[in-house]
Amino acid sequence: MSDVTSSAFQARGAARPRRDIGIRKRYAAERRFRAYGVTAILVGVFFLAVLLWTVISNGYTAFQQTVITLPITFAESVIDPKNERAQNPAKLMAANYPLLVRDALIKELGIDPNDRTKVKLATDMVSASSRTQLRDIVVANPSVIGTTMSVALLAEGNIDSANKGQIDLTADEANRKVKNQQLAWMDQLRQKGDLTKEFNTGLFTYGASSRPEAAGIGVAALGSFYMMLIVLVLALPIGVAASIYLEEFAPKNKFTDLIEVNINNLAAVPSIVYGLLGLAIFINFAGLPRSASLVGGLVLTLMTLPTIIIATRAALKAVPPSIRSAALGLGASKMQTIFHHVLPLAMPGILTGTIIGLAHALGETAPLLLIGMVAFVVDYPGSPLEPSTALPVQIYMWANEAERAFVERTSGAIMVLLAFLIVMNLGAILLRRRFERRW
Amino acid sequence: MNMMTEAAVEKALDQKMTAAPYKMIGKDVSVYYGEKRALFDVNLNIRENTVTALIGPSGCGKSTFLRTLNRMNDTIDHCRVTGKITLDTDDIYDPQIDVVELRARVGMVFQKPNPFPKTIWENVAYGPKIHGLARSKADLDVIVEQSLQKAGLFNEVKDRLHEAGTGLSGGQQQRLCIARAIAVSPEVILMDEPCSALDPIATAKVEELIHELRANFTIVIVTHSMQQAARVSQRTAMFHLGHLVEENDTDKMFTNPDDQRTQDYIMGRFG
Ligand SMILES: Nc1ncnc2c1ncn2[C@@H]1O[C@H](COP(=O)(O)OP(=O)(O)O)[C@@H](O)[C@H]1O
Ligand SMILES: [Mg+2]
Repeated sequence: MSDVTSSAFQARGAARPRRDIGIRKRYAAERRFRAYGVTAILVGVFFLAVLLWTVISNGYTAFQQTVITLPITFAESVIDPKNERAQNPAKLMAANYPLLVRDALIKELGIDPNDRTKVKLATDMVSASSRTQLRDIVVANPSVIGTTMSVALLAEGNIDSANKGQIDLTADEANRKVKNQQLAWMDQLRQKGDLTKEFNTGLFTYGASSRPEAAGIGVAALGSFYMMLIVLVLALPIGVAASIYLEEFAPKNKFTDLIEVNINNLAAVPSIVYGLLGLAIFINFAGLPRSASLVGGLVLTLMTLPTIIIATRAALKAVPPSIRSAALGLGASKMQTIFHHVLPLAMPGILTGTIIGLAHALGETAPLLLIGMVAFVVDYPGSPLEPSTALPVQIYMWANEAERAFVERTSGAIMVLLAFLIVMNLGAILLRRRFERRW
Repeated sequence: MNMMTEAAVEKALDQKMTAAPYKMIGKDVSVYYGEKRALFDVNLNIRENTVTALIGPSGCGKSTFLRTLNRMNDTIDHCRVTGKITLDTDDIYDPQIDVVELRARVGMVFQKPNPFPKTIWENVAYGPKIHGLARSKADLDVIVEQSLQKAGLFNEVKDRLHEAGTGLSGGQQQRLCIARAIAVSPEVILMDEPCSALDPIATAKVEELIHELRANFTIVIVTHSMQQAARVSQRTAMFHLGHLVEENDTDKMFTNPDDQRTQDYIMGRFG
C-alpha cells in the first residue's frame, strides 16, 4: 500500500518540471563567505605569527647572561689599608672595589700592569655593577677580607652581546664596541670555563640601570603588581556594586539613561585622558606622591571601572528572567534573589570582564607616563607610596635605548608581559568553565 | 444504576466544593501597563480548596490577573494595579502587607519549568530555608521529602536528590517546581499554563497532581486548553479583552454557559 503511494508520488515528481530556486547561487554565496572568513583568520594568524616571531627571536637571548668567574682576592691593603673598619664601618662602603677586579683580571689574563690601554680594555669587559656586587659581599661578611674567593661577575653588555654572537665581527675594529684583544681574552676565559652563559635571574630581580647587564624588570614588575592589586581591590567591588544597583534597583528614567550613556562613553575615553585626570586630582589636588604605584593604581581603577561595569551589567542581564521570577515567586526578597541566584549565575561573566579589564590595565602605558611613573627607579618600592615603574613603562624606556643588549631586554620584557597576559586570560577561561552552569 | 449513583455522589461532592467559602476576593481589579489598560474592573472570587481555571483567548489578561493575586506584577516596570484583593481578611495591596510574606502564602508555578540551576534538594529546600521554616538540616530533609512526595516526584528522584534539578525531564522539572512551591506550605498555588511546555503524558501526570493537591491547597490555574479546564477545575472564569465575561461552575460553563461569548469561545469560534 505504502509502496504504491510512494511510487505514485515519484511518478508525479518526475513529471513536474524542475523549478530554479537558486540553489547553486546559494551554495556559491556560502562558499564565498567561507572563503572570506578563512582569509580573515589567515591574515590575523599571519600578523600574530610575525609579532611573536620578532619578539621571540629578538628576545629569547635576554634570558641568558654572560658571566665571568674570577678569583677575587679581597686584599686588606685595597679595601681597608688603615684598618679602620671596626670604628668606621662606612669605610667598607666606599672602598675601591674596582681595583680588586682589575687585579684579578691582570693576574688571570697575564697582562702587564703598566700597560694602561690593555688594563682598561680588560676592566671594560666586566660590568661596572661588580663594584656594588663585591661591596655587598664584603659588607655582609667582613671576614672575607684577606681571603681569595671565586666570584661570578656580570660581563659588560657589549661583551655579553659578542658572546651571544650578536656583534658583527666583520666590521672595522675601530667602529666596533668589542675589540680584537677583548675577543681573544674571551676565548681564553671561555676555554678555562670562566666565561659562561647563565640563566639571567637579574632580568627578573634588578631595577633600573643604565648598564643593560644590570637592568631588570624587578621594580617594574613589583610596581605593576601593586597596581593590579589596587585595581582589583577597588574596581571589582565598586564596579559590581554599581552594576547591581544600576541593573536591579535603579529606576529606569532619564537620569539613569544619562549615567548609562556616560559609562559607555568613559569606556571609550582615551587612556591618556585618565592620566591627566589622575595628575590633576590625585597628585595636584590630593597631594599624593608622584611616581607612586598608588596613584597609578587609582588611575587604572578609574580606567577599568567602565569595562567591569559594562561586563557585569551584561552578565546580570543574561541571567534568564525565569530564575528571578522563580525566586521572587517563592517569597525571596530582591536582595536574596540577587545574591542567591542572579549573582552566582552572572559570576563567570563578571570574572571574565574583570580579568580582561585587569589585563588591559596591566598593559596600559600612556596614563602612567603622565603621573610620573616613567622614572629611573633602582630600589624596590617598599610600599605603593614609594616611586616605582610598571612593566609596559619599563618596556617603553628600554625601547628608547640603542645598545644591542637593551634591544634584547626590551623583547625579553615584552615576552614576560605577554606571558602574564596569557596566564590571566587562561585564568579567565578556566574560571568561566568552572563556574559556568547550564540552566 | 450503580454508575449513576457514583456520578451523583461525585456531582454532590463538586457542588459542595463550589459552595466553599471564598479564599481570595478580587473587587474591581484593574491593571495598567503604563498607559495601556489590561484589566477592566474584574470582580472574581477564588473559593477555598477549589481549582479555579482562567480561560480566554491569548492576550485577554489571564496571566495579568493571576499575577495580581501574589503581586508578581510589582516586579514589572510601569505596572499599576487598582481595586482591592483580599486573602482571607487581609487586603494584599495594603502597604502594611509584606510581599515576601504574601508570596509565602500564595505560591506560583510558571509556564516554563524554571528550576534553579542547583540540586533537586536545594531547589525544594530553598523556600523553607529563606522563610526559616526548618531549624536543622534534618527538618529540611523531612520537608524536602514530603514536598517531593506530594508532588509525586519522590520515587523518581529519591536516588539523585543531590544532582542538578535542571537535568530532569520537562515534566519532572515542572513537578519539581510544584514541589518547590508546596515546600513553603502556601495556602494558594497559582499556576500559569503549567502544562503548555509538556508532552501529553507529563501533562496527564501534572493534571492528576493538581487533582490531588486540591484537598490541601486552593489552586488557580491559567490554561489555554478547554479540555484541561474541564478536567481539572471545579470553577471556571472566562476572560475576554481584559474583561471577566463569566464565572461559573465548570460543568455549567462547558455545557450551558450564560454568556454568548463563552459559548463562542468554547465552540472554537474565536481565540
Ligand atoms: N509586562 C507587560 N508589559 C506591557 N504589557 C503587558 C505585559 N504583560 C502583558 N501585557 C499586556 O497585557 C495584556 C494581557 O496580557 P496577559 O495577561 O499576558 O494575557 P494572557 O495571559 O491572557 O495571554 C496583553 O495585551 C499584553 O500585551
Ligand atoms: Mg499568559
